[in-house]
Amino acid sequence: MAKANFATPAFRPYPLIPALQADVMKGNGPFVAKPEIQKPLGYPGELLDNWQEVALAKMGELLKKYRSLRVFLDACVKCGACTDKCHYLLGTADPKNMPVARQDLLRQVYRRYFTLGGKLFPKLVGAQDLTKEVLDDWYNYYHQCSQCRRCSVFCPYGIDTAEISMAAREIMACVGKGQKYCNEIIGKVYKIGNNLGLPEPALRDTLAGLEEDIKLDTDVDVRLPLDEAGAEILVVTPSADFFAEPHIDGLVGYAKVFHQAGISWTLSSHASEAANFGMFIGSYDNMRRIALRIREAALDLKVKRIVFGECGHAWRVAYSFLNTLAGPFDFLDQRYPIPQHICEFTYDLIQRGALKLDKSANDHRRMTFHDSCNVARASRMGNIPGGQFIIPRAIIKATCNYYYDMPADTIHDQTFCCGGGGGLLTDDLMELRVKGALPRMEALKYVVDNHGVTHMAAICAICKSQFTKVLPFYGFQLDQIVSIHQLVSDAIILK
Amino acid sequence: MTTLYAILLYVATLIFVLGLAYRIYEYASVPAPLKIPTMPAPLTRSGVVLRILSEVVLFQSLFRSNKWIWLFGVMFHLALWVVLLRHLRYFIEPVWTWVVLVQPFGKYASFFLFIGLVGLLTRRIVVERIRYISNPSDYLMLILLLVIGSSGMMMTFVKHTDIVQFKAFILSVVHLKLFHWQPLPLNAPLLIHLAAVITLMIIFPFSKLLHAPGVFFSPTRNQVDNSREQRHVARWAIEKFETSSR
Repeated sequence: MAKANFATPAFRPYPLIPALQADVMKGNGPFVAKPEIQKPLGYPGELLDNWQEVALAKMGELLKKYRSLRVFLDACVKCGACTDKCHYLLGTADPKNMPVARQDLLRQVYRRYFTLGGKLFPKLVGAQDLTKEVLDDWYNYYHQCSQCRRCSVFCPYGIDTAEISMAAREIMACVGKGQKYCNEIIGKVYKIGNNLGLPEPALRDTLAGLEEDIKLDTDVDVRLPLDEAGAEILVVTPSADFFAEPHIDGLVGYAKVFHQAGISWTLSSHASEAANFGMFIGSYDNMRRIALRIREAALDLKVKRIVFGECGHAWRVAYSFLNTLAGPFDFLDQRYPIPQHICEFTYDLIQRGALKLDKSANDHRRMTFHDSCNVARASRMGNIPGGQFIIPRAIIKATCNYYYDMPADTIHDQTFCCGGGGGLLTDDLMELRVKGALPRMEALKYVVDNHGVTHMAAICAICKSQFTKVLPFYGFQLDQIVSIHQLVSDAIILK
Repeated sequence: MTTLYAILLYVATLIFVLGLAYRIYEYASVPAPLKIPTMPAPLTRSGVVLRILSEVVLFQSLFRSNKWIWLFGVMFHLALWVVLLRHLRYFIEPVWTWVVLVQPFGKYASFFLFIGLVGLLTRRIVVERIRYISNPSDYLMLILLLVIGSSGMMMTFVKHTDIVQFKAFILSVVHLKLFHWQPLPLNAPLLIHLAAVITLMIIFPFSKLLHAPGVFFSPTRNQVDNSREQRHVARWAIEKFETSSR
C-alpha cells in the first residue's frame, strides 16, 4: 500500500461541516499510467512536450461537443450551495474538495483561454494560466472526485462536477497523463474481456465450482451457463461477481432466481464484464468500444433480452447510454425494458408471486440499504421516477423481516458515496477512500446504534469492494456488507 | 451628459442583446451527446417544464441545499423582478394599468432587494467556505447591484429627481430621436444609477450572470428520463462512428 500513514477520521457527535484545512490532500494523485497501458486505449504513452497546446485544443474540442461542459463552466455563480455536500470535503476538509473549488481548477483555465473576461482581467475573475502546477492539481484533485453527482442535486443550475471531472480526465489522458488503475482495467477488457483479467477457461471453472456449491447446499441443480447460444436472457454482470466476496453470493442469487423462474439464461465470455470504466475517464470512444461488446455478445448468442447484474456505474452506462452507444436494439424482445436490471427482474417475479421466499432465513440480519450513487442519481428502475429507491428496498423487505433506513438526508438521491467510486478503488488512494467514507459510516453508525442494524446491503460492485475494505477502519466487520441477491439467495426456497 | 448617456445606453443595449443572443445560440448549438439528467427525473416533456419552473421560480434545489442562501437569493431575485416591472413605466406611454398597480410594491420591494444582497455579500465575507471560492468579480458584482439598488432607493425615498423629465429623456432614447434627445436631469443618484445599470448590461454576456440563460440549458435538469425508450445520439457521434456502417 502506498500510503498507510493517516488517521481514520473520528465519528462526530453532529455531522458538522469541518473547518477548512488548505492543501491537506495535496499530493501526486494515484499512480500514473505507463506507456504500455496508455497505448492500447489510443493515448500517448507519456506527458507530451507540447502538452499545454494539446490540452487547450482538447478543451476547445470538448466545449464544442458537450453542452454540459460549456454551460456548467459559465453558469456557476459561486453561491456556495455545493460547498458542504461532497463526502471527500466532509472527510478530508481540503477546500479543493468542495465541488465548486474542484470545478474551478478547470474553470480557471477555461476563463483564461476561452472567455473575454479571463483574457483581459485574469486576476479579477480568477483566471489562471495552464501551468505544470495547475496540471498537477488537476491530476490530484480530479482523482479525488468519485463522480457521484451528489453536488449536482443541490446546485440551483444542476452543475454536475462529474461532467467536469470526466472532461479533465479525458484531457489529461490525451496529453499522456492517464490514471493507471482505470486505464489498465480498460486494457484488460479489450484483451481478455473483463476487469479482473479472468480468461474464459477460468470463468468456466469458477461457474462450475459455484454450481457444485449450490448443489451441496440445496441439493438442487442450479445452472450458471456460459456462452450458451439461444438462451432467452444474456446476463452481464461485474467480474467481481465471479470472484470477490460478498459479490459472488449475489451471483448465486441471480442463478437461483433464474432457476426458479424457469427462464433460460447465459453469461458471455466475450462480454464477461458489466463495468464500463470508459465513463470514469470521460472517454466517449472507449465507453462506446466497451459497450459494443455487449451488443456483439447479444447478437452472437441470439438472446432475446439483456439483464445487468448488481453494479452501480455499469447500470448507469447500461440504463442511460447503452442505447445511445450500442443501439438500436431492435433485434431484442421489445416487450421488456432494454436493458433490464436484475433487481427489476427479481422484483417483477416477487410481485407476481413467482418466487417462494422464506424471510426468516435472514432473521439473523437486521438490514439497512446503501443507495449507490450511480443507481440513485444517474439511473432508474421500474416505470416511475424514483423506482431505483423503491425496488431494491422492496426486495430486501420481501426477503428480510428487519429493515431500517439510514437518516433521510443520507439516502435516496441524497445518498453518500461509499468513497471508492469513479475509478478511485485503488490501493494507492486508500487514505482518500477511508476519509471519503466518513459520512456513510456515520449514517450506518446511526442505525447500528438506534436499531441494532447488523448488515448493509448494496447493489454496486465497487461499493461492496470498498466497504469490505473500509468498514474495519471504522470498527465494523468487513462482512457487514452484503449483496441484495445474497439475501434473495438465502431466503429463496428452491424447487 | 445627455448625449454621453444616450450613446452609452445604445452601446450597452446592443452589447447586452447581441451578446446574450450569441451565448444562447452557443448553448443551443452545442450538442448534449449523452442522457445525463439528475435522477429522479420526469418521464415526460411537460414534467421537465415543471421541473425547470420549480428551479427558476422557487429555487427548489437551492432550498434543499441551504436555507440561508435560498432566503437571500429568493429575496433578491423576486424583488428584482418586481422592481424591474415597476420601471416599465419609464418606457411606455400611456402606462398600462397593471404597471400602475405594481408601483407601491416595486417601491418597497427595493428594501427586500437590498437586504437580500447584503445577506449574500455578508455570507460571502463571513462564511469561510464561500470566501474561499470567491473571486474579486464575485464581490464586485454584488457591490454593483448594491449601488444600483441604493441609488434607486435614494431617488425614491431621499432625493427625488425630475422623473417627468427623465421619462422624456428615456422615451426620446427609445424612439431613436438621435441627437435630439430630451435633456437628462442632472441628479447625482440618477447618473450613478444609470452608469451602474449600463455597466451591468455590458458585463452580463461575459460573466457569471450567464446563469440566467444557462439554467434553461442545463442537461441535468432539462432532459427527459427516457433513455431506454428513445435512442439519443449527437450528430458528431453519428458522423464519427456510424456513417460508414449504414
